[in-house]
Amino acid sequence: MARESEDPAMTKASKVKRQRKKKPKENKTRTVHANILYDNAKGEENPNRHYANNEIKTTKYTLLSFLPKNLFEQFHRFANVYFVFIALLNFVPVVNAFQPELALAPVVFILSVTAIKDLWEDYRRHRSDQEINHMDCLVYSRAERRYVEKYWKELRVGDFIRLRCNEILPADVLLLSSSDPDRLCHIETATLDGETNLKQRQVVRSFYDLDCDFNPLKYNSIIECEKPNNDLNRFRGYIIHRSGRRDALYKENLLLRGCTIRNTEEAVGIVIYAGHETKAMLNNNGPRYKRSKLERQMNVDVFWCVIILLVMCLFAAVGHGLWMFQYGDKRPVFDVLSPEGTDLSPIMSAIYLFLTMIIVFQVLIPISLFVSIEIVKICQVYFIHQDMELYDEETDSHLQCRALNITEDLGQMQYIFSDKTGTLTENKMVFRRCTVAGVEYSHDANARRLAMYQEMDSEEEECTSHGGTLPRRDSVTSHQSARVVLRSQSTKSHRRTGSRAEAKRASILSKHTAFSSPMEKDITPDPQLLDKVNDCSSQMDFMRFHSQPTSQLPSDLADIIDFFIALTICNTVVVSSPNQPRQKVRMRFEMKSPVKTIETFIRRFTPSRLTSGSNNSSSSSLITNRSSNKGCSSLLSSPSAESTLTKLDEEQTPRGLEHAFSPVPPCYDGKGWNLEEGELRYEAESPDEAALVYAARAYKCSLVGRLPDQVTVELPHLGKLSFELLHTLGFDSTRKRMSVVVRHPLTDQITVYTKGADSVIMDLIRPPDTGSSKGKRQKKIVNRTQNYLNLYAADGLRTLCIAKKILSKEQYACWLQRHLEAETAIQGREELLFESALRLETNLHLLGATGIEDRLQDGVPETIASLRKAGLQIWVLTGDKQETAVNIAYACKLLDPEEEILTLNADSQEACALLLEESLHYIQAKFLCSSTEQATKSFHGSFAPFEIYSSSSPSSHSSSHTAAPFTVHRLGLVIDGRTLAYALDKSLEDKFLAVARSCRSVLCCRSTPLQKSMVVKLVRNKLKVMTLAIGDGANDVSMIQVADVGVGISGQEGMQAVMASDFALPRFRYLQKLLLVHGHWCYSRLANMILYFFYKNAMFVALIFWYQFYCGFSGSAMIDQWYLIFFNLMFSAFPQLITGTLDKDVSAETLQQLPQLYVNGQNSEEYKPYMFWMNMIDAFYQSLVCFFIPYFAYADSDVDLFTWGTPITTLALFTILVHLGIETKTWTWMNWLSIAFSIALFFTVALCYNASCPTCYTPSNPYWTMQRLLQDPLFYLLCVITPLVALLPRYFYRACQGTLFPSPVQVGRQLDKLPAETRRNILSLSRVKVGSPLSPKPPFLSLTKPSPEVCNKKDQRSFPGSKTSQGPVLQTVQQSGRSPLGPTDTERGLSDLYTLLPTEIDTLPYTKDAPPLSGGPHPPSSQDSECLDKTLEAADLSLSSWITSTPLLTQTDSVQLKLPPDGDSQCVTYTRSSEEGLKSDHSVHPAQRTEQAADQSLHTIL
Amino acid sequence: MVKQEQEIASRPDNTAFTQQRLPAWQPMLSAGIVIPGFVLIGLAFIGIGVALFVTSQSITVMELDYTGVERTSPCFRCSDPNVKNCVCQLDFSIASLFKGPVFFYYGLTNYFQNYRRYGVSKDDDQLSGDLDSFTSPSDTCSPYEYDSNNKPIVPCGSVANSMFNDTFKLYQIVNGTKKQVPFDGKGIAWWTDYNVKYRNPSVTPLRDAFNGTVKPLFWPRPAYELDPSDPANNGFINQDFLVWMRRAALPDFRKLYRRITEGDYAQGLPAGNYSLEIAYNYPVLSFDGRKKVVLSNVSWMGGKNEFLGIAYLVIGSLCIVMSIIMLIVYAKFKFPEEE
Repeated sequence: MARESEDPAMTKASKVKRQRKKKPKENKTRTVHANILYDNAKGEENPNRHYANNEIKTTKYTLLSFLPKNLFEQFHRFANVYFVFIALLNFVPVVNAFQPELALAPVVFILSVTAIKDLWEDYRRHRSDQEINHMDCLVYSRAERRYVEKYWKELRVGDFIRLRCNEILPADVLLLSSSDPDRLCHIETATLDGETNLKQRQVVRSFYDLDCDFNPLKYNSIIECEKPNNDLNRFRGYIIHRSGRRDALYKENLLLRGCTIRNTEEAVGIVIYAGHETKAMLNNNGPRYKRSKLERQMNVDVFWCVIILLVMCLFAAVGHGLWMFQYGDKRPVFDVLSPEGTDLSPIMSAIYLFLTMIIVFQVLIPISLFVSIEIVKICQVYFIHQDMELYDEETDSHLQCRALNITEDLGQMQYIFSDKTGTLTENKMVFRRCTVAGVEYSHDANARRLAMYQEMDSEEEECTSHGGTLPRRDSVTSHQSARVVLRSQSTKSHRRTGSRAEAKRASILSKHTAFSSPMEKDITPDPQLLDKVNDCSSQMDFMRFHSQPTSQLPSDLADIIDFFIALTICNTVVVSSPNQPRQKVRMRFEMKSPVKTIETFIRRFTPSRLTSGSNNSSSSSLITNRSSNKGCSSLLSSPSAESTLTKLDEEQTPRGLEHAFSPVPPCYDGKGWNLEEGELRYEAESPDEAALVYAARAYKCSLVGRLPDQVTVELPHLGKLSFELLHTLGFDSTRKRMSVVVRHPLTDQITVYTKGADSVIMDLIRPPDTGSSKGKRQKKIVNRTQNYLNLYAADGLRTLCIAKKILSKEQYACWLQRHLEAETAIQGREELLFESALRLETNLHLLGATGIEDRLQDGVPETIASLRKAGLQIWVLTGDKQETAVNIAYACKLLDPEEEILTLNADSQEACALLLEESLHYIQAKFLCSSTEQATKSFHGSFAPFEIYSSSSPSSHSSSHTAAPFTVHRLGLVIDGRTLAYALDKSLEDKFLAVARSCRSVLCCRSTPLQKSMVVKLVRNKLKVMTLAIGDGANDVSMIQVADVGVGISGQEGMQAVMASDFALPRFRYLQKLLLVHGHWCYSRLANMILYFFYKNAMFVALIFWYQFYCGFSGSAMIDQWYLIFFNLMFSAFPQLITGTLDKDVSAETLQQLPQLYVNGQNSEEYKPYMFWMNMIDAFYQSLVCFFIPYFAYADSDVDLFTWGTPITTLALFTILVHLGIETKTWTWMNWLSIAFSIALFFTVALCYNASCPTCYTPSNPYWTMQRLLQDPLFYLLCVITPLVALLPRYFYRACQGTLFPSPVQVGRQLDKLPAETRRNILSLSRVKVGSPLSPKPPFLSLTKPSPEVCNKKDQRSFPGSKTSQGPVLQTVQQSGRSPLGPTDTERGLSDLYTLLPTEIDTLPYTKDAPPLSGGPHPPSSQDSECLDKTLEAADLSLSSWITSTPLLTQTDSVQLKLPPDGDSQCVTYTRSSEEGLKSDHSVHPAQRTEQAADQSLHTIL
Repeated sequence: MVKQEQEIASRPDNTAFTQQRLPAWQPMLSAGIVIPGFVLIGLAFIGIGVALFVTSQSITVMELDYTGVERTSPCFRCSDPNVKNCVCQLDFSIASLFKGPVFFYYGLTNYFQNYRRYGVSKDDDQLSGDLDSFTSPSDTCSPYEYDSNNKPIVPCGSVANSMFNDTFKLYQIVNGTKKQVPFDGKGIAWWTDYNVKYRNPSVTPLRDAFNGTVKPLFWPRPAYELDPSDPANNGFINQDFLVWMRRAALPDFRKLYRRITEGDYAQGLPAGNYSLEIAYNYPVLSFDGRKKVVLSNVSWMGGKNEFLGIAYLVIGSLCIVMSIIMLIVYAKFKFPEEE
């Protein structure tokens, strides 16, 4: 039979090939044939032979290729090439400086260390490959006519494999058959994307209706699909049957490698992609390589080292040439002729010498620096991994560093871009309240319940007792209904709320199901609504019994029941039972409804699919590619599209009202329905869905089963109802809604339930015709719902609207036809489906809206506050609606009620431009005068006790004449997605940035993933700042990838963000320690280490350089070549590694308590460009000392070359080590040990080396030198004085700096030294009363104390986009601005100073160069005052104009910048609306009042 | 360390090391520590400095330049490179007892024994008595490897070739007659050089080993005849040769020639007139060098060198000055506020 079927298949294949030739586009496809057809054929004839087999090989090398390939790879690094070049240069006799073999040593050492590391990694990969390749799977063998076990690696494309439950998929497989009665296969994709919920996969349509087991021998179709690609969420293709019929293939048909089969006993599929071509493997692109800011800076300095090296070599070469020249023809006795016996010309010897010097001075380029940095970074990563405080017990996860080489970037961040949902919030959605048909149900009990959780959170953090019996019970008993709390027995405690141990237990128990903490599940229903639901359903039950049409139901009650049905079914939630977490509850329920007619009974019980063949004539015109040979092959029975149509046909026949019950499937689950409803568990793809389903269940409207074509809902009184699921139009981010099309079992109408974001749903509501009373009611409902929506949003709730639509059969048929066309289309299917969905979701009837609470994660406000104190700008980019976002922002202290909010909402490009312009003017007008005071104040007040900023003020002094420092005001910016799109336009981005950067917080709402990444990119590129993006979901991936450092939250929304990130955190609050402590440490350690490295090498090399003056610039070295080469590699290598790994400049506690210390890293204060040069100068000084003290000490003696050079080496080693000691802030036993070890190593090596071989080691031949030196008292005397003299200046400087003008970090260190008690007192004091003259020390040097005048001068802000204002300009403006204001301004300044003593720092204490937008300084001119006048005019204008305001509740003072909707008007206005919100329980801060008053007076005066 | 909760798979170890809580000493550069520290160091240094300076002062050094550049110099005649086998005599007097043991050095200036290509030009194997290297010296000796007849030079190389070959005799003028001051030529080279590093081939007589080789170009005599008076002082283990082969660190250097430890002069050179007879062979004018003879006695810290003592004194005082400065600054800016 297979033979027979081969021919048509072959012809088909050739046809396909011909087609492919015709259409070059189709070259992008792959054709898969079944392998068993070609079992007998030779390899060449198998059409699948070109595809990769399933053996994976992730190793880079083979045994043979290792050496060349690894070397080749290593030579990609420039430094390695350089060192090999130098080593090879040594083999040229004319220029060699060292023994060639010896010169190779460092290079060989470094190369071999790297090679061994690579080899080891590769071996591990090889081992794991082997393991994977030798896993078993069942493959169909034609010879044996059964499935036989084979290794994974033997699997090939086109093989049939049988998969059993809990088996891991070996390749990408097209699902052809499943033991599941619904032809489904469930897979868990946790290894792929980390999502723990089960995914359903469907058998390919053509194989859908197979009754018997799938028989591979009968398979003779051809699959055409895409070429392998890495898009996990896309798979397109079609299957061509022998009959010539084509069926489309979706991603729902594809099982991906690495997933696990669950809930499905057996499945059979054909391999489509294998091995490296599977999507999982294509997605697997190893760790990412980023270059950190520090490293970029370092590379610049490495470049400078090269320059220094060349200069030194050139100098020596010229010197040598002259030295040679001075002898002329008189040949001194010590002169050596060239090997040919001829004299070398001075020029030639100078040229040779240049090369020699490069060899001698090679150490200046720190060969071991790169290796050392790698080692230190690995250690740093290790320590970050190990940090207990970054470990989350509940999820048993700790921080992951996925990028190994940017740890120090963590210490230099300036901007944080954060996602909101799941990042700041827990992404645990809890149903909070709802409104149905215009009536609000406030769910007070529910609110109390939630409050209880919150309370317990804080309570139990303090008391460590077992929290299981804490007062949650009260909340239960307070409910009116005893049965409303449906609590799972297995999870007695709740995840986020119990004590730690409890939480841990709970998390283990509930690990298998996401989104199921009791907090989310135990919804307390609103009694009023519950009554209504009961009422309504009993009425419906009554009506059903009396065969009354349900339309007689009062419309509000109908809405209520529809609302809950919509909540229940309009989703993709899968039901499972908790006792067997992965067993889907799979059964169809017999309806209680009586069977009216026997015909319906029969028809219902006859699978409609079987009858479809008889009456498809009417619809055949709709489906062109439909098979006509139904009779001959049951294998290719009708696809579900057909059956849908068939059902449609059936609809046209008159039928009874109550016929809604489904056929009992052949495989009725024998276990029966004995589970209690409370034990059902819902697995949802998003937490919102689960929350709504749980909410509906609280109203006893519970989802009990979901099948691809049917949803079963249990309603009070009505029992279980089965809704025939006709279509599911899934959620997408552009539509922002999802819909289900069902046949309502009670009314038998085709009903569309839509659930989506309020902004889109409200637009789709059918405009009520105002004539009828019903219409008026509708309008009222819509209006009231809108009000409630605003209210919800103001409460920080996520809002969703629920709507429905009833389709007439004709409408449905009409829509269905085009929808089917879209579904079966091969080109542009997505677009067509999208359009189809748009066609359906119109003219909706609004049912109600829900408010879901998404709680903030623990410690978010504190984290944000401390990050902000650390000088970080935090922007929140969210897809949520504006009101929700704003309120969450208030909740997490991102926005401060005391600060003004600029809200930018524009409809067009021009409007946006104007808005930005106005905002800029507004900011200038408002803050021009007060900014200086504020700046002054922040200098004084921020951390006066320890002058954190007083010492940083000189830096702003110094930078003020190069670029205007940029201040951040107490302003918040809120911008919505649409406006953001305009603002991100090339023409406006500068203005947008100018506005945004002067705001303390920026909130972008309704932003798309692309916009998120664009914002990050814009800020990163234009402001030249370090950016960090943090997010948890797939929509944050692009932003995470664009930022300098991407952080993923490994929360509930899968692993995509984590996969893209550099660091993965379990919780947002860990960001604080990661940045403030680890970031700071990593940065300061690495920065210091790099500087030290430069210093060390320069110092050592300079010794030889000085010697050149005494050896005729001949490239001779007094340091033995062994010491010279191993000095860096061995003698001085360990201490710096230890210090680079372990040194803590300030303790973790202090760093967290004084976030201001983070500024240190932001400003790169540990490693500024000048520091390199300072270090170089110090290095040269120290080397001078180390050279000339022995020089003079041994002058006029009979000392020989190496007896003199060895002490110098020793001294240099001591000096270098003590230097490190001065720079080391904390000395652990490891530091001591490493230094002792270094010294011991040096002497041991020296003694052994000098005793080992009397005649070797030419030319130095240092036999017994060290031994003799150790007997020489002079040696010890030198060892005492030289390091001291060399380090005296540095030590003196450090001592003075430490005592007299300590840097903030040093202050922090001094704090560390204080006893814990005192320190706590000081810190708490400083937090409570910052700015109080607690400290006994006002700024130490009165010079740095900024007087207001000084401040005025230095505190100039640039107004990018308009002009660069320099000192004089601002002064003028200020004065002109001040004169009309008179005392008001000063008054306010004073009030600012005293009442607004900063809890936050307004002025970023660092100064950033403004982007070079315009040229030189303007002279003070009338132009400027004119400009100001204009600004003020605009302000005046705003007073007269009216503006709508969004109901921002807690905010007392907001500035609304809005345009009239038409957008072409030039009349842009802004107004100050100091409104009390709906809940105006917020008291206005007195200072705020003063400021307000002052501002108003400003307007009135003008 | 703190609490041992039940372990969870990926929970980090709670150790002082992994949590970066290793006990550590944090040196704080505060004035309270720094100022006394500076004072202590300063005092200690001044102490050492004084000791060193005193020691150094007790050492007597006498330098006699005999290059013969000046016309007045007795060796002026010999400085002409065309004059061979020239002997000149240098008279000097010692006012008081030159305490012994007196070391007799010869010194050269502007002589670059540390010139890189010069230093390389030797063959260690040959010098350790390896006969194979006699017949085929190492390449490093080039161009002093073979002579024009392609015979190997032993000892080869530039260093050996340029060996200093002036010889000195010191006479005390006692009552108008010259009384030769006995020189001790033993043990002036490193013990290890003489006994370990440099070896003559184990061929007796020694000269047989040198068959087929030629002496270095500049040498008057072959290596095995360097010291006719003492057969044990010939070949490569000739003390003068060993001293020469130990290359000087700096272009101005002195090398030990002899010690005066014997006879009447064991206690030192008594006051009186002395005459130095120099066999002037070594050309230095081509590189503007100077030749000199140095007589010196030594202390525990070697030859006369005031530098170290002064350095200790200066640095010690500097430390004290610094501590005073810091004290003033500290007092001015810190103390009022610490009350």
